[in-house]
Amino acid sequence: MENIIFNPAAETLSRDEIHEIQSRELRDVTRRVYDNVPFYRKKMDALGVKPEDIKTAEDIKYLPFTEKSDLRDNYPFGLFAAPQEQIVRVHASSGTTGKPTVAGYTQYDLDMWAELMARSLSCAGVNKKSIVHVAYGYGLFTGGLGAHYGAERIGATVIPVSGGNTQRQLMLLKDFGATALACTPSYAMNLADAMEREGMDMSQLKLEAGVFGAEPWSEHMREQLETRLHIKAFDVYGLTEMMGPGVAMDCVERCGLHVWEDHFLPEIIDEDLQPLPRNTEGELVITTLTKQGMPLLRYRTHDLSSLDDRPCACGRTHVRMRRVKARTDDMLIIRGVNVFPSQIEHSLLKIPGIAPQYQIVVDRKGSLDTVEVQVELDRTLIGDTVRDLEALNKRIVGQLASDVLISCQVKLCQPGSLPRSEGKAKRVIDNRK
Amino acid sequence: MYVKQISVFIENSPGKLADFTRLLGDNGIDLVSLSIADTTNFGILRGIVADYEKAVQIIESAGYTVCLTDVLAVTVPDKPGGLADILLLLSENEIAIEYLYSFVRNKGSNALIVFRVADIDKAQDILRAHHVNFLSQEEICNV
Ligand SMILES: [Zn+2]
Repeated sequence: MENIIFNPAAETLSRDEIHEIQSRELRDVTRRVYDNVPFYRKKMDALGVKPEDIKTAEDIKYLPFTEKSDLRDNYPFGLFAAPQEQIVRVHASSGTTGKPTVAGYTQYDLDMWAELMARSLSCAGVNKKSIVHVAYGYGLFTGGLGAHYGAERIGATVIPVSGGNTQRQLMLLKDFGATALACTPSYAMNLADAMEREGMDMSQLKLEAGVFGAEPWSEHMREQLETRLHIKAFDVYGLTEMMGPGVAMDCVERCGLHVWEDHFLPEIIDEDLQPLPRNTEGELVITTLTKQGMPLLRYRTHDLSSLDDRPCACGRTHVRMRRVKARTDDMLIIRGVNVFPSQIEHSLLKIPGIAPQYQIVVDRKGSLDTVEVQVELDRTLIGDTVRDLEALNKRIVGQLASDVLISCQVKLCQPGSLPRSEGKAKRVIDNRK
Repeated sequence: MYVKQISVFIENSPGKLADFTRLLGDNGIDLVSLSIADTTNFGILRGIVADYEKAVQIIESAGYTVCLTDVLAVTVPDKPGGLADILLLLSENEIAIEYLYSFVRNKGSNALIVFRVADIDKAQDILRAHHVNFLSQEEICNV
């Protein structure tokens, strides 16, 4: 895989230069939100912080955090810092409860996004000659249009397929000879399933790279996607509140995702909201430095990560965030034990005869939490007696008890029977609320 | 003389078995024998068909979990104790039966017994030495 740096001047700045840019932009964004967004003015006034108190990037610790609930409370456009005549586009992500999370973009923001997504796709080897099959949904969801404009900025050929209609996706992948696939990792798994079902020969495809994001996915899943689709799989990070995909991106070195620091200032905090040093795990918090439409200060992503600014062999100097494997708000507390769905996935992958497709159903009977893990079988039955399958069931229960420290019921399911969305996989159903 | 049996995992919820049998019907696959072992959560459908390779391919592409298992098929004389004699032979030789089911193709003919044992070769040798009549895949499907 060729290591292409899309914007060498920006991507290989010295750490000192990055610090200088971040300090300057932080002063600027603090002033802009204080002057234009009543929500931030109120928050900063309550903390006794004035824009002129912010001098360098380190001073970010004086600024207020932004929560997802703040976006909801100011729904739909309350946090916009630019007047409506300058807003040229709106995106939104489906909230888990009620109203969507809304983001507004000025033309400057869209140009910046295209640039950052172009940098990101270049990390995966996309160039002018590439054919990029975009199977992210197009619409309010940022995935489709984000990948689309990034690939166009590079000058690649974009196939804007959007999500859904798997049969047609397979035909187009083959006929148009796409070299890169952009979609969610669970949809890529869907495509791999369908290809195997159809008996499609991977050598009929020209795919070299996959750019997968919008949901956390494991290293195991990466290995699976790489062997099944004969590609290199790259993790792209982003969220609607920040912009969309392209906030950070895997490089060929696979040692974390470069966060584009000339536009974003990432921090890691602990449970008491105190900043943590480099290479320490905690919650990722991001400030948008240059966004005009809806700049956010210290946005709490609830993604668990850590930051590493040691030099990367790819030549880029921007800090690397460790791949997000779990979200603090995905965490389930079951009978007092912290459980991340990703732990369950890791555990299941150790057991032959089952597919890494699962769903966790949590319920409460009386005062006791009950957990049922529904697991899909592989397509080849490992044994045809009830005893064989009961042994498999028992093995899964035992593996989960030792790896995840929970006791649970396991239900074996037919392949393909658990819901897969074309967007994000729904792993947890919590009926306790 | 082994017989290839298809074994399919079926979730134990309404309509699943009907879906499966419809799949076979739509594809012109005739189940010569059928048995279902089930628990509250799932069932294992076992059956014998003539073209088992085609059947597996169709079942698999429809998204089911399936495997082929070698089983023995014998005819049991239609007289009291016919089956008991066979079972006794196997147990005397310490061959454990995993499962067994019987079916009759035509009225008045001998009962056919399909069974799976841990040591299929040994079971076959012993039964053959006692002149038990084995059936091939074709014979079963054309009874
Ligand atoms: Zn790198």
